[in-house]
Amino acid sequence: MPAADLVANVVVSGILTGLVYGLMALGLSVIFGVVRVVNFAHGEMMTIAMYAATALFAALKLDPFLAMLPVAAAFFVFGYLLQAGLINPFITRPEHSQFMLLVAVAIILVNAMLMVFGPDARNVQVDYQLESFELGPLLVDKARLFAAIAAVVAAAAFFAFFRYTLTGKAIRACADNYLGARIVGLNVKHLYALTFGLGAVCVAIAGCAMVLLVDVTPPLGPSYTLLAFVIVIVGGLGSMGGALLGGVLIGVSEALAGLFITPSAKSMFSFGLLILVLLLRPQGLLGKRA
Amino acid sequence: MSLLEVRSVSKHFRGLRAVHDASLDVPHGEIYGLIGPNGAGKTTTFNMIAGVYAPDSGEILFGSAPIHGLRADQVCAAGIGRTFQIVKPFAGLSVLDNVMVGAFLRERQARAARELSVRILERLGLGAKRELPASSLTLPDRKRLEVARALATRPKLLLLDEVMAGLRPTECDQMIAVFRELNRADGTTILLIEHVMRAVMALARHICVLHHGEVIARGTPEQVVRNPAVLECYLGEETEV
Amino acid sequence: MNRNRALTPIYLLTGLAAILVALPFFVGNYALSVATLILYFAYTGQAWNVMMGFAGQLSLGHALYVGVGAYAAGALFFYYGIGPWAGLWLAIALCVALGLVIGFLAFRFGISGVYFALLTIAFAEFTRIGFDHFGWTGGPGGMFLRVAQRDTWDLANFRGPPLMYYYAMLFLTAGAFALCAWLLRSRAGYYWQAIREDEEAARALGINAFRWKLLAVAISAAMTAVAGVFFAFYYNNLFPEQIFHISRSIEIILGPVIGGVGTLFGPLLGAAVLTLLSDGISDALNALGLDIPGVKQVFYGLVLLCVVMFLPHGIWPPIARRLRL
Repeated sequence: MPAADLVANVVVSGILTGLVYGLMALGLSVIFGVVRVVNFAHGEMMTIAMYAATALFAALKLDPFLAMLPVAAAFFVFGYLLQAGLINPFITRPEHSQFMLLVAVAIILVNAMLMVFGPDARNVQVDYQLESFELGPLLVDKARLFAAIAAVVAAAAFFAFFRYTLTGKAIRACADNYLGARIVGLNVKHLYALTFGLGAVCVAIAGCAMVLLVDVTPPLGPSYTLLAFVIVIVGGLGSMGGALLGGVLIGVSEALAGLFITPSAKSMFSFGLLILVLLLRPQGLLGKRA
Repeated sequence: MSLLEVRSVSKHFRGLRAVHDASLDVPHGEIYGLIGPNGAGKTTTFNMIAGVYAPDSGEILFGSAPIHGLRADQVCAAGIGRTFQIVKPFAGLSVLDNVMVGAFLRERQARAARELSVRILERLGLGAKRELPASSLTLPDRKRLEVARALATRPKLLLLDEVMAGLRPTECDQMIAVFRELNRADGTTILLIEHVMRAVMALARHICVLHHGEVIARGTPEQVVRNPAVLECYLGEETEV
Repeated sequence: MNRNRALTPIYLLTGLAAILVALPFFVGNYALSVATLILYFAYTGQAWNVMMGFAGQLSLGHALYVGVGAYAAGALFFYYGIGPWAGLWLAIALCVALGLVIGFLAFRFGISGVYFALLTIAFAEFTRIGFDHFGWTGGPGGMFLRVAQRDTWDLANFRGPPLMYYYAMLFLTAGAFALCAWLLRSRAGYYWQAIREDEEAARALGINAFRWKLLAVAISAAMTAVAGVFFAFYYNNLFPEQIFHISRSIEIILGPVIGGVGTLFGPLLGAAVLTLLSDGISDALNALGLDIPGVKQVFYGLVLLCVVMFLPHGIWPPIARRLRL
């Protein structure tokens, strides 16, 4: 039985990583909650963000936190165009048709990454990755703490956007009632594209943060896609708070599973949890029944 | 002897009392009407009989066997066929294939199922259209298809859910003729929910009137239209006559 | 139903069969192995099609059945020297049981559409990681089956030259085709189509949707298990990371999705188009010296994208219309 403060450190580490996961999942939740698109390429997008951060670091020595700005801007445009160009024409098609579309995009993205960056791992090396804060018995990695803070700030900004701005409310209106929104004159297709763009921004920020914590390889893409789905389903589709809560839960459980069982088995736990949640409470912890 | 006995059924939906203590008896070989203003509980009663959900209390007996609480497919297997208010054809299949799906309940072999289906389609005047995709039919034809499909399961009791809705008067008359013929020739018992008074008056031997989830009148059409309680609940309501 | 009423002119079918049977006499071993691969994907695609095209349940975790089937028969052979004909039964039994569990859980709890797909992915991933830690079947290092001599046909142990595997796969694919054609026209086929079109209306016609959906899952799982057994004795090495991986599941669905979900010829056509084109692209890239890992899959993705966007029902239906089938 590992010592108590080891467990405590692992839990804290899990919470912080989980917050970054949560931001990633927030993007998926927003996209699915509003546009009703199952973004099967979500993890791949996250991975591209991570690669972008490594590339900017390698070329310009740009700190990932600073890289968030250009990467997020680029991702917004990419997300907007993806929805407007590719997915919007598909709104009326059956569900599995949309799904397949994004499966195709995911396949293209992950293998394009393989082609461009090769299979070897890449990362960034910043000084503060090696430093940590001491809070009593806890030893908190600086990089992890900063990443988590960035995730929380971004999530709060999104939350505020959807709650308080006119555009945010308009988007929520589309989510609640597509036809009604069109009738009152909202340009739904534009708002959908906007939403996808915003979801992509979440992923961009999360990716830049994540690259401080793990090395990036192409297979991370599908892995993160599944992780995002587990989090969103556990936390509740369409619930922003749920995404963060789910992220933290998964982060902690993965960290603990890594400690008590073997590290490579930790995702088994996540999938087991997904199965349980799908069966027993498909609306997740904080979600609303569809 | 009643084919269908509904005894004191009640149904609540989260505190809303949809049906309360309703009873009706449908005799063998009769056409029986269930009417009432919107929200009266007709569809809820219908769905309880059809097995969509179970009553909270009370019993439903079909030929003396209890059927309340059975699943929809079990109710059909017991001998009750139903149509849907908003028609649900199998759009990707042909008209004939639609009916064959129903026929396969009683006929295991494809050939026998096909023969039965063709006969039924001929009877309902859809014989010539049998190879067409169901999605290409007009509304009156879709309604006929819905009836044909239900008939293919060889029901002893046919439940019709506002089958006249959306039909023009001449189309309505045609459907009335179809049901009269079915009832007369095969002895098929029919329970119909209707808003279209023309059809109810023309077809039903007995009528039951629901209002706010309770039965407020029972009797022959002539008795019911003169019943003051019935007149009162319909005042101000739109009814097609 | 009209599209696949299999009023396929008999001459087209016999022509195709004749070509496939006579193929080995005209091509070398490499082309034969490509043909075997096409047939393998046509077969697994057809098996998957039963669940999706017939019962309307999207499974993105079909690699689960290939893997479990392969490991079941492989382990029996590896540890007890039991040949694939007996191992086949264990493989089928295990996969049907698994399929029924997944199906039961999903249908009982009303899970469908995307959620069902995610459930199947979760089961496959869970199993993949599980086998990575399952020492008895070799863990991540894999399981290797004895490769006996490959010159003579040893049907008992399913060992032999590429020719044997080709004909075995051809036989399986033809069998799958015949089975699906028969199913489509039977009561089961009609019921599955009805459930797929409108489950509520189907139930009102006396169809116990739950049971029939489970049947589709069971048949699909059983058929895929057989593919797993073939896989084990054809490739002779099994790694959890490969055989259960989600890319395998996606490969399985590419054929039918591109060829035409729910149709009889879709899986075969899709598998052929995909494999031949990808081989062609590989060769072209090799010739240009651009043999980069990942190119082939990007190609798969692009083809899938184009088909989903422009030919949502697959390649076969427009062709079938042209041929007036």
